[in-house]
Amino acid sequence: MAQGSGDQRAVGIADPEESSPNMIVYRKIEDIITKMQDDKTGGVPIRTVKSFLSKIPSVVTGTDIVQWLMKNLSIEDPVEAIHLGSLIAAQGYVFPISDHVLTLKDDGTFYRFQAPYFWPSNCWEPENTDYAIYLCKRTMQNKARLELADYEAENLARLQRAFARKWEFIFMQAEAQVKIDRKKDKTERKILDSQERAFWDVHRPVPGCVNTTEMDIRKCRRLKNPQKSVYGVTEESQSQSPVHIPSQPTRKTTKEDVRKQITFLNAQIDRHCLKMSKVAESLIAYTEQYVEYDPLITPAEPSNPWISDDIALWDIEMSKEPSQQRVKRWGFSFDEILKDQVGRDQFLRFLESEFSSENLRFWLAVQDLKKQPLQDVARRVEEIWQEFLAPGAPSAINLDSHSYEITSQNVKDGGRYTFEDAQEHIYKLMKSDSYARFLRSNAYQDLLSAKKKPESEQGRRTSLEKFTRSVCCWRRVRMAAAFHPRGGFLPAVGKVAGGQAAHRPDAVLLTVPPAGLGPEDHTGRRRRSTSADRVSLRGDLVTVKEKE
Amino acid sequence: MATDGLHENETLASLKSEAESLKGKLEEERAKLHDVELHQVAERVEALGQFVMKTRRTLKGHGNKVLCMDWCKDKRRIVSSSQDGKVIVWDSFTTNKEHAVTMPCTWVMACAYAPSGCAIACGGLDNKCSVYPLTFDKNENMAAKKKSVAMHTNYLSACSFTNSDMQGCDKKAMVWDMRSGQCIQAFETHESDINSVRYYPSGDAFASGSDDATCRLYDLRADREVAIYSKESIIFGASSVDFSLSGRLLFAGYNDYTINVWDVLKGSRVSILFGHENRVSTLRVSPDGTAFCSGSWDHTLRVWA
Repeated sequence: MAQGSGDQRAVGIADPEESSPNMIVYRKIEDIITKMQDDKTGGVPIRTVKSFLSKIPSVVTGTDIVQWLMKNLSIEDPVEAIHLGSLIAAQGYVFPISDHVLTLKDDGTFYRFQAPYFWPSNCWEPENTDYAIYLCKRTMQNKARLELADYEAENLARLQRAFARKWEFIFMQAEAQVKIDRKKDKTERKILDSQERAFWDVHRPVPGCVNTTEMDIRKCRRLKNPQKSVYGVTEESQSQSPVHIPSQPTRKTTKEDVRKQITFLNAQIDRHCLKMSKVAESLIAYTEQYVEYDPLITPAEPSNPWISDDIALWDIEMSKEPSQQRVKRWGFSFDEILKDQVGRDQFLRFLESEFSSENLRFWLAVQDLKKQPLQDVARRVEEIWQEFLAPGAPSAINLDSHSYEITSQNVKDGGRYTFEDAQEHIYKLMKSDSYARFLRSNAYQDLLSAKKKPESEQGRRTSLEKFTRSVCCWRRVRMAAAFHPRGGFLPAVGKVAGGQAAHRPDAVLLTVPPAGLGPEDHTGRRRRSTSADRVSLRGDLVTVKEKE
Repeated sequence: MATDGLHENETLASLKSEAESLKGKLEEERAKLHDVELHQVAERVEALGQFVMKTRRTLKGHGNKVLCMDWCKDKRRIVSSSQDGKVIVWDSFTTNKEHAVTMPCTWVMACAYAPSGCAIACGGLDNKCSVYPLTFDKNENMAAKKKSVAMHTNYLSACSFTNSDMQGCDKKAMVWDMRSGQCIQAFETHESDINSVRYYPSGDAFASGSDDATCRLYDLRADREVAIYSKESIIFGASSVDFSLSGRLLFAGYNDYTINVWDVLKGSRVSILFGHENRVSTLRVSPDGTAFCSGSWDHTLRVWA
């Protein structure tokens, strides 16, 4: 694999600096602003504006820029256009003539385009001495528009201390520049001064503004000269980019490299691929199946905790009683049921009833093995072998002889992946056999239609609540029978019709609507009652928040 | 022996031309299977409604650029790392900081939460991956308990507790078989560096975000790029991508401080989210898909839903 950037020019590959991420953006922006300034193809109106006693040369309004961006880059929302325009300004390609802060406003504020000389794509890395000369120059020129802002005055003071010994040199440089500037045309000077100021606004930004010359440190190694973000204001602890490696000469491609490539290409050609139409159908089918489970598309019931600040959703998911929706998901694929703790428990229970639970227990043990710290791995491997595979094992699993051979060989080395082959075999077995039968089983079907409560341990909820949940699906007749005084073995639920339960003074149980249909809502539709519903005084089905 | 001699006679040039002709053949074969575009088939899919996604939590506390973050399995805890060398564990639901570790180096570019929720791993310019067990005992010095688990020859740019099997190698996305160590598939359609890759929830495809300002979807079964997510007005690179739970939405964080939400099937942009004041450097959807978190160079993290 080619590593450095050395010989790339010889091979005709682009200058590595061109491929640095900042440069890619700069070139795109330059493309945009070149078009923007092009009279002939509908560029923005750049003009000289008369103001007070003088003229403001070569400016364009913020609104004009925003309009141009919307029209030429197919942007529908002005907010987006303003954001993009502000970024273009922040990079230093366009700037407000009366402000150090580089953003774009959608109004009559005047902006000017930056001179190509000052473009960031020229890889400027201005030194502090440059900055000192510049600030010094500004103080010499006695023009209101060149007065230093507070932060600039502070910067200058700091630089004077830092460069105390060479200040005379800096001063002389500044004087020389002022002399040269005086000879220039007044209008030209106005423009150049503003462009120079905008340049420093990029490289020495106003405190609080983003320094857009900063680079992602991971990309720095490409550059011959790494960018250093040196502020006049904050202290940086790093002076040298630690990831800058001097560029290494490209390793020439060898025959071995090409042979490897040929092998790879042959493997690709031999690969059996699907048609796009099939792939598209598959991707669509997957999203359609899961869209109801995607809380960012289908609002979560009872609510998305992040939006409502209520963690009821998470509490429900933690409880051992799975919702119908959750149970339905177990049927999507074998992996789905394995992913869900409650699903696994149900599946295990089913397997126990069929006396084949050793398969799932083996699979789980092997998953667990992969997470063990190195020091425990050997011991666990032995334990798993003894429990599931050794002759006379208490939970013997059924492996074909080939798999068994491989596994018994692996056990000698005792690593984390000893049982990979066996696990895959057992996985396929469960998937095609037990899982399919589980989905058809009464246990699963009942859960799916929420007929029967799963026989799991008691959750956090009170016994009254558990009772009311299951009761909501029963018929009123059964309900009446349950409340018969003779049904004393049932949890005390208090009186019917206006009574109160001993455990839950805030819950009142009256009548129960028939299973299936809830009350009409404002659109006249009835929604299905779920186990989360409870009953109000009037017999309407309402969802009640728990009082904890 | 005889065959060795035969190989010696093959020149570099002849091998190269063989490779070229194979490339051509491969393209031909693939083109036969390219009978339709994903967005065309997706025309029959119902359009998504209007999206109102907002920042629901802002996590402030880092002193410098946030570089990486990861969710805990409990759906609310987050670990994040920053250029100032700090790694912070947050309960992002309450926005409380629960743990803070100072790494000996700056630019902590990678951090991850253990599936058990009991430890975090992080690393960066120190070329090491360090694991810290999380303890609530205030007397314990977390730093003292750390263990270095790996030494690398260069900086650690990404880590997770289970090996991710994809890698963005400049413009190429490669799929590796972790057991054999071989590259099984490679995709090279981006025009510049790939910054982030993430599997589609079914595992049959993956998305990538790149400096060329596009995100792309590649399907492993078709062995090709099947969608490009781009706009004329998006010119800054995408730094990180992640799918919503169903795979219908792709969230991408960009260097222009925004997050764009894409309709994966139709290829259109659903929403643009403003809020960060500097580059978005990292983005992950929560384990149950109820929200996603973005970290930025503006020193903050935001949870969106």
